[in-house]
Amino acid sequence: MFEIIITIGVVLLLVIIFMLFRIGRIVGIIKGSDKQLVSGSNQVNAVLFLVFLLVFGGLFVWYSYAHFDSYNLPVASEHGVVTDRLFWITTAVTGVVFFITQFLLFTFPLRYQYRDDRKAHFYPDNHKLEIAWTVVPAIVLAGLVTSGLMVWSDITDTAPEDSEVVEIMGHQFAWKVRYPGKDNKMGGFDYRLTMDDNPMGVDFSDQNSFDDFSAGQIYLPVNKNVKFQIRARDVLHSVYLPHFRQKMDAVPGMPTTFWFKPTKTTEQMRQETGNAEFNYELACTEICGNGHFSMRMMVIVVEEAEYNEWKAKQESMIQKDPGLLKYVSQNLQEVAMIKSGLESAPTNTEQDKSEEPDSSM
Amino acid sequence: MATADIHVDEGLQHHDDHEHDHHDQNFWTKYVFSEDHKTIAKQFLITGIFWALLGGLMSVLFRLQLGFPDMSLEWLRPILGGWLTDAGKLDTEFYLALVTMHGTIMVFFVLTAGLSGTFSNFLIPLQVGARDMASGFMNMLSYWFFFASSAVMFTSLFLSTGPASGGWVIYPPLSALPQAMSGSGLGMTLWLVSMALFIISTLLGGINYVTTVINLRTKGMSFSKLPLTIWAFFLTAVIGLLSFPVLFAAALLLIFDRSFGTSFYLSDIYIGGEALPNSGGSPVLFQHLFWFLGHPEVYIVLLPALGITSEIISTNSRKPIFGYRAMIGSLLGIAILSFIVWAHHMFVTGMNPFLGSIFMLLTLIIAVPSAVKVFNYLTTLWRGNLVFTPAMLFSIGLVSFFISGGLTGIHLGNAAIDIQLHDTYFVVAHFHIVMGSASFFGMLAGIYHWFPKMFGRMMDRRLGYLHFWLTFIGVYMVFFPMHYIGMAGFPRRYYSFTNFDAFNSFADLNALISVAAIITLAAQFIFLFNFFYCIFRGRKASANPWKSNTLEWTTPRNPGHGNWPGEIPTVYRWPYDYSKPGAEEDFIPQHIPYSETPESNLPHENDLVRIETQDGDAIRVSDQGTEE
Ligand code: HEM
Ligand SMILES: [Cu+2]
Ligand SMILES: [Cu+2]
Repeated sequence: MFEIIITIGVVLLLVIIFMLFRIGRIVGIIKGSDKQLVSGSNQVNAVLFLVFLLVFGGLFVWYSYAHFDSYNLPVASEHGVVTDRLFWITTAVTGVVFFITQFLLFTFPLRYQYRDDRKAHFYPDNHKLEIAWTVVPAIVLAGLVTSGLMVWSDITDTAPEDSEVVEIMGHQFAWKVRYPGKDNKMGGFDYRLTMDDNPMGVDFSDQNSFDDFSAGQIYLPVNKNVKFQIRARDVLHSVYLPHFRQKMDAVPGMPTTFWFKPTKTTEQMRQETGNAEFNYELACTEICGNGHFSMRMMVIVVEEAEYNEWKAKQESMIQKDPGLLKYVSQNLQEVAMIKSGLESAPTNTEQDKSEEPDSSM
Repeated sequence: MATADIHVDEGLQHHDDHEHDHHDQNFWTKYVFSEDHKTIAKQFLITGIFWALLGGLMSVLFRLQLGFPDMSLEWLRPILGGWLTDAGKLDTEFYLALVTMHGTIMVFFVLTAGLSGTFSNFLIPLQVGARDMASGFMNMLSYWFFFASSAVMFTSLFLSTGPASGGWVIYPPLSALPQAMSGSGLGMTLWLVSMALFIISTLLGGINYVTTVINLRTKGMSFSKLPLTIWAFFLTAVIGLLSFPVLFAAALLLIFDRSFGTSFYLSDIYIGGEALPNSGGSPVLFQHLFWFLGHPEVYIVLLPALGITSEIISTNSRKPIFGYRAMIGSLLGIAILSFIVWAHHMFVTGMNPFLGSIFMLLTLIIAVPSAVKVFNYLTTLWRGNLVFTPAMLFSIGLVSFFISGGLTGIHLGNAAIDIQLHDTYFVVAHFHIVMGSASFFGMLAGIYHWFPKMFGRMMDRRLGYLHFWLTFIGVYMVFFPMHYIGMAGFPRRYYSFTNFDAFNSFADLNALISVAAIITLAAQFIFLFNFFYCIFRGRKASANPWKSNTLEWTTPRNPGHGNWPGEIPTVYRWPYDYSKPGAEEDFIPQHIPYSETPESNLPHENDLVRIETQDGDAIRVSDQGTEE
């Protein structure tokens, strides 16, 4: 019923527009205005440009000002403050150019609209002017480039030695996270070792991996450098931490990395934003399949002491799933038991029959 | 049509000998397998319009999902069938398929084939003064390869596994592995086949454009007298010839990886419960190859539009284009630089950061010639005598978009800032404004401007105005708010944002964008009506309705095969003698010799009068040299 009414309405509207169109044409022919190059609508269009400038310029300024908080994402990393500043400097510079050029573009129509009694100013070139507006943008851009380059090379410099290392692996459609454990050394990995019980393909023949632990959320200490080691298991993904202004693709076969320093704990952010439910998030920004939009992981930033406490409480992968010991070679079983925190566990007969397909790795 | 007249020509163009064959053209050779550049241009145009409509409808479809996530699309089930979930919402993978097809269609089929194909074909022979393209046959092939490419892509829309869905950039491994998404199966194969055909079409067309501009210019038409349209089409064709083969290579290697077990792009992959044997390949290699085409491609899309607007703005300002040489210089600069900035799309792919610095530097350099163009457009308008034809309105709209979208390019070209903005809606806003909308407006401006020459009739001016204002406002309403959404960090190619606390806002703005998109699309039907109605019922056009200087307006109302019934006019002056002091009219076409306009000649032009009167050939030999 409703649909029929809407359809009838739309049809009627189209008919009316068509009638108006026909009438307009006939009137135009009678008046002869459609034969002239310039008709009365010239002025209408000229005025509309000005109206457009005022209305949209107004909307732009108003929205940018009034809704600043809704589109300005709070920043919580050291370099993020710097890149944000660069963003706003660039916005200021381009904003000035934007307003001047759009202003001219939309006011010229009214000022220079066609008049029979006037002739356009024959002005084919002016070398001084042209040189000026080649050189000035070049200088301004040189300034922006230089500051950008310095910041970029700082951000992408190698991570400081003392950084906390976290490994992040993307796969369809979730993230896996691994911490290096008490020895602070991340064990190796090989994609061919990926199994249902070893989704990250951790190489358990590497002693460093014995105490590595995985986590369902990313815990980070505040005011300490953090280094992410990033990889992907199947297709491209991209690690995106909006509040930390960080982004890096996860590439199968080519581990990538970035580092940064979180400057606010989750708790501080909750106070700052007035949102008691605030949480840092990790999102995927490289199309990776139909679950692309759901690759979320929570990131929790805490004081360093709390972080250490949390870390100490975590059980290693092997401790959580002693079955993993089957991937450890015979002669290292004892070491693995101790290092993984399993020492007290009874000797597991299962391991005896484990062949060692991985020891060649 | 009076093709016999062509033989009056002094036999300069060798292919004229063949013209006898066309005396009794039947329907097939005249309208379907035509070798006439004007007909081929119209074929490209109509096909482009078809694709634009389809691409636009797709965008509205996924905008419904983004703007009104709770809406039931049950009423679309007759069309979409199984692509709707039981709840009546778009399937998540179908969403990506729509985005992918939308991007592919818009960039390649509408704004490359539809824009260059239409206007390079139509205008190059008419504006340089040639009977037709250098090779009419290759030109015909170019269209039919495009048609075949279109047919393959269109077919892929109906596969049960869906068309290609990995984004228009088809990054492997996603696009290489059918296990990764169902669109990467047969859909992706057809995408690659279609693009291979498309590249062949582009190359055939491009070779023709370049050859025609170099070899078939009429007497007196030196490069320094070419209209800026032709300069733009010429450079566009050159860019295309140099960059499309690289995409071809990239696609070929991808085909090998997909079908023959090679590992160019694949390495260390565990998917679908098994570890693949591929090793040593690099997905980043594909990105380098893709963007080596992909970035020039945005200029392939944009330059013709800039050329078209230069012409239209000058004509309708009744004023010479300001800085003709600077305009050519900036076109050249952009064309060259466009080849060495591609990796700015890859700042965060794990590419060496030092390489990132280099590309950042080069990218920001390319902003300079772009800025020069804007200033020159503005100076052309300054103290002009502006006539607002629909074409002029769309050209002014283009300049506005070129400014708005170009400026955000300065943000994105800065690697440090791009870390945050990459792959967010800020990028979507940027490229839709500067590349999508600007080129689209260039295309529409071109249609409004050259419609009288194409069909011998005028389009309705008032409908043109209505179309312009609705579209202009609509486009800004759609794409401007996306900047805010992007600054808030919203990633692109997201089916919905409800999974994230950080992106759980802006429902209002997203709804607004979707409504604006629907209105914008609806406004295009005004254009379609105007276009098709006026082909048959429009008022008959006069020979030179816009009082323009270029050669195409010296042809009859409906130019036949061979374009000029008699001799091709000789060119004596540049195309921008508008409102010349002393002249009676406010325009002096290119084929009017200086000897006929003593009242308006500048001092150095009076010297040219002497050469002119000696012998027309002298000009050709000295200016051109290549013709004989
Ligand atoms: C009615 C007009 C249009 C609307 C409403 C529209 C809207 C959109 C939106 C919202 C997206 C992003 C979707 C997502 O990331 O999830 C998109 C993608 C895209 N659009 Fe448009 N668009 C329009 C016209 C155009 C035009 C004229 C072009 C020509 C250049 C174009 C080229 C693209 C490209 C290349 C993509 C990226 C596809 C991908 O991510 O693989 N669009 N469009
Ligand atoms: Cu993803
Ligand atoms: Cu680019």
